[in-house]
Amino acid sequence: MLAETIAAPTRTRPVLEVENLKAYYQMNYFGVSREVRAVDDVTLTINRNEIYGIAGESSSGKSTLIKTIAGAISPPLRVVSGSVRFDFGGSQLDVYARPKAMKAARWRHLSYIMQGSMNVLNPVRRVRHAFDDFAFKHMGLSPAQFRSRVEAHLKRLGLDPRVLESYPHQLSGGMRQRLTIALATVCEPEFIIADEPTTALDVLVQQDVLALIKDVQQRMASSVVFVTHDMTVHAAIADRIGIVYAGRLVEEGPTDDVFARPQHPYTAHLISSLPRLGDVSRRKALPGKPPNLSDPPSGCRFHLRCPLAIDRCRVENPPLVPRATGRVACWRAGEAEVA
Amino acid sequence: MSALLQLDQVTKTFSIGGFFDRGKLQAVKGATFTLDDARPEIFTIVGESGSGKTTIARMILGNETPTTGTIRFMGEDLSQLRGRRRRLAFMAKVQPIFQNPFEAFNPLTTLDYFLYSTARRFLGVSGTAADEALDKALNHVGLTLAEVRGRYSHELSGGQLQRIAVARALIPGPRLIVADEPVSMVDASLRMSIVNLFRTLRDDLGVSIIYITHDLATAYYISDRVIIMHRGDVIESGEARNVLDNPSQAYSLALKNAVLPPDPAAARLALANRRGASAPA
Repeated sequence: MLAETIAAPTRTRPVLEVENLKAYYQMNYFGVSREVRAVDDVTLTINRNEIYGIAGESSSGKSTLIKTIAGAISPPLRVVSGSVRFDFGGSQLDVYARPKAMKAARWRHLSYIMQGSMNVLNPVRRVRHAFDDFAFKHMGLSPAQFRSRVEAHLKRLGLDPRVLESYPHQLSGGMRQRLTIALATVCEPEFIIADEPTTALDVLVQQDVLALIKDVQQRMASSVVFVTHDMTVHAAIADRIGIVYAGRLVEEGPTDDVFARPQHPYTAHLISSLPRLGDVSRRKALPGKPPNLSDPPSGCRFHLRCPLAIDRCRVENPPLVPRATGRVACWRAGEAEVA
Repeated sequence: MSALLQLDQVTKTFSIGGFFDRGKLQAVKGATFTLDDARPEIFTIVGESGSGKTTIARMILGNETPTTGTIRFMGEDLSQLRGRRRRLAFMAKVQPIFQNPFEAFNPLTTLDYFLYSTARRFLGVSGTAADEALDKALNHVGLTLAEVRGRYSHELSGGQLQRIAVARALIPGPRLIVADEPVSMVDASLRMSIVNLFRTLRDDLGVSIIYITHDLATAYYISDRVIIMHRGDVIESGEARNVLDNPSQAYSLALKNAVLPPDPAAARLALANRRGASAPA
């Protein structure tokens, strides 16, 4: 009885815990130093076996957020405060306290599916070299064993192992993107970061790639952080969604609840502005533009574009507080209407 | 009825490959459609990459000449346009909007320069007359000259830049705007402002718009008529609602089914169906 109560929390321990993370770009031009607050006080947890969608427009800081989570930062970007902790099968890993340990975990436990598949695969070498370069040293297998493991993995993903002998330019965009997924998952990592993997693809290919990511995730029971600005992709694939606006997490919750009852006016706008087949009623567009992160507005960063803004929003920054099934950072949470 | 734009059996063949392995690629095969002069409309060309939709746009703009077939704009055959004056008169009536607004404007030049040079070239005006022309065009897209003057492209968002691109296209008073994937590089929160703007242009200014996209959801939202292209062939055409509600070709149906609905339960179901259909053997 006692053993069980102690064992339970370790089993459900989240795979990633991010606490009060702040990452700024420190710029120095002509003696004038500027700070671009690309990630500003983000706290989130990601559980085992879930797909966590991060939504936000370009320059909202979502790419910086995942770079910081993966520990892949270089100047001028620097982490000002906060922590990123992984838990891979019981072994703790603090990314910014012990950077060396992070190196060993890469690809084995933590891998990436990147957006530009053409930039990942070397155009003048056969595809199999990409697997050698990325994964071989992390697997601890003999070359022959490694080869058969890669081929078996490709077969499981519905890809012909013969593609290993082709050059990237011989393959279609969808095929290359599938190969980068195979590349990221060959070591069966617990944690996968997918950065806009479907944005550059045609609609038909996009669905196949999404289906493949979902399949792989379910088979390996791993966690996926899925970044895209396309809310319809989140609707199809994410278990939970976090909405990022101007470097801050403004809303988070289970996908169904966020779509059915968005609490933040920005989320409500993103969802109600989606065009859908069979509906030609006029969609409202949001006025203004995303704020400049080197000079963000005071108070709530959304107040300049917010239809519900009150005086309090202009001066006081709303904290991210639990509400209903998720969390939201808004003084007027839940008052936005979905058209 | 007189035709604003008339394409008659237009084909375009590119030769590809090197010296020894010459091949031919038929990018467009026999495209035929007509835009009515009296009734401005949003005419959408839908297709995946490589379907020939951008080649059609380039031929309408006069950047490519058709291999066979004719394109007539207001009765005039584009291949017979000779001389600077006639070409300028044609360009004033048919204006392009490009996909990526960040690449369309030179980053080292202020944005108003492009607007002034368009006004000088097509309207032959400068000074206060040009200011007035610019302000009028910018007002149509919800901006003013004071907001744009002296700004560089990096200072504005993609949505604003794309609106300035629309304003630039409006300066010569065009009858037809060819917009090639105008919203695919624009942020989600700003996308609808561009799409809604096209509706306003059609209704208020009577400008016809050829809207090229692979996104069926926005196509359904704004189009009057639509053609669907697949590997150079026009496989389906007609009233947008009819075509998209009841696609007759397998390919158009697949395209329609590939549009993820903005609703989690339905989207998951669509994806599950897709997984069932393409499960590895």
